[in-house]
Amino acid sequence: MSAFVAIVKRDLVLAFRRKNEVITSVFFFVVVAALFPLGIGPELNTLRLVAPGILWVGALLASMLSLGRMFATDYADGTLEQMALSPNSLSLLVGAKILAHWLLSGLPLVLLAPILGLQFDLSTNALWVLTLSLLLGTPVLSLIGAVGAALTLGVRGGDVLLSLLVLPLYVPALVFGAGAVQAEISGLGASAHLSVLAALVLVAAVFSPWASAASLRIALES
Amino acid sequence: MHLEGGNGVGKTSLLRILCGLSALEQGAITWKNQSVAQNPDDFRLDVAYLGHQLALKEDLSPLENLRVSAAISGQQLPSAEALAALSQLGLRGREHLPVRVLSQGQKRRAALARLIISKAKFWILDEPFVALDLAAQQVLSGVLNTHLNNQGMVLLTSHQTVALQGDGRSYRLSA
Repeated sequence: MSAFVAIVKRDLVLAFRRKNEVITSVFFFVVVAALFPLGIGPELNTLRLVAPGILWVGALLASMLSLGRMFATDYADGTLEQMALSPNSLSLLVGAKILAHWLLSGLPLVLLAPILGLQFDLSTNALWVLTLSLLLGTPVLSLIGAVGAALTLGVRGGDVLLSLLVLPLYVPALVFGAGAVQAEISGLGASAHLSVLAALVLVAAVFSPWASAASLRIALES
Repeated sequence: MHLEGGNGVGKTSLLRILCGLSALEQGAITWKNQSVAQNPDDFRLDVAYLGHQLALKEDLSPLENLRVSAAISGQQLPSAEALAALSQLGLRGREHLPVRVLSQGQKRRAALARLIISKAKFWILDEPFVALDLAAQQVLSGVLNTHLNNQGMVLLTSHQTVALQGDGRSYRLSA
C-alpha cells in the first residue's frame, strides 16, 4: 500500500513542478464551456437545452488531452520497468497512476463545472446533478483511458490511435452523464442515470487496472 | 557472474528475459527450485534490476527518486539511510537538486544509490560501469563486493574487467 501512496504522491509532485500539463486540460475545458454561450447568444432556452451535452463533451475531451502522457514518461525513463519488476502487483501501481490522473485532470473539471454551468442558466438542482454526474463520470474516463493509453504505448502515432480507441468506449459515460442533467432539467429525476454511472465506475475500477497492467507488460516486452 | 560479449549479441536481451521483462520462447527460468513463471512474486522480491534506462524522474531530486523507487520495490527507507547511500556515491550536497541539472555520470550515481539500499539478493546489472569516473567505479566495485560478501549474487555485463571477490565466473556470449 505504501507503494500506491508513493506513486500517487510522486505524480502529484511532478505535476506541480510542471504545471502547464495540468493547466492545459483545465484551460481547454474552461474555454470550450465559455465559448459556446458566446456563440449561441442569449437564448436561455437553447442554452439550457445544450448545456449538459456541451459541458460533458468538453470534460470528456479535456480529460483525454492528458491521456497520452499517462504512461509515456514512465515508459521512456524506465520507471515502468521497475514497476513491472516490483513485488507489488502491477495492477495496484497502475491503479495509483489512474487515481493520480483523475486527481489532476478529472477533479478540477468536477469543481469547475458548477461555475461554468451558470453561464448556461442551469438551475441549482441541475448544477448539483451536473457536478455529481461528473464526479461519477470522470473516473470512468480516466479508467477507460488508462487501458487505451497502455495499449497504444510505444506505438508510433499512438495519440491518434488512442482517441479512436477510447472515444467509442466513452459513449456510455457521455450518454448517461449528460442524460442525468437533462432528466433533472425536464423534471424526470436523475437517480436512474446516476445509478448507471455509478455502476459503470465500479465495473471500470475492477477491470481497468488489471487490463492496463496486462497491456503494459506486453508493451514492455519489445 | 560477469557476462561478456560483443555489441548486439544479446546480453541485454538475456538479462531482460532473466528478470522477466521479456518473454521466453523456450526453456524455463527457476529460482530456488521454483518456476519463475508460476511464482513471480517471490522472485521479484529477491531481484534488483538496473538497465540502460535509469528510471529517474528529471523533475525530482536524487533523494525523492530514491524514496519513490524504494517504495516501488516494497521497501521502507529511513531518511538517514537514503542520505548515507547518496553521500557514499558522492552526491552529498546535490541530493535536493532536480536530476535534470546533474551530469550523465551523476545521474548514473543517483540510480546506483538504489543498489546500496536494496535488500534484494540477486542483482542484475546492465553495464553498471558506463559513464562513471574512476572514483565512482571504485565505489561501485566496493558496493558489489560488500553485496557478494553478504551472500548476495550479482550478474553484470561490462566491457571492462571487473575485479570482484568471491566465486566469480565469467561467461562469454557469442552470436
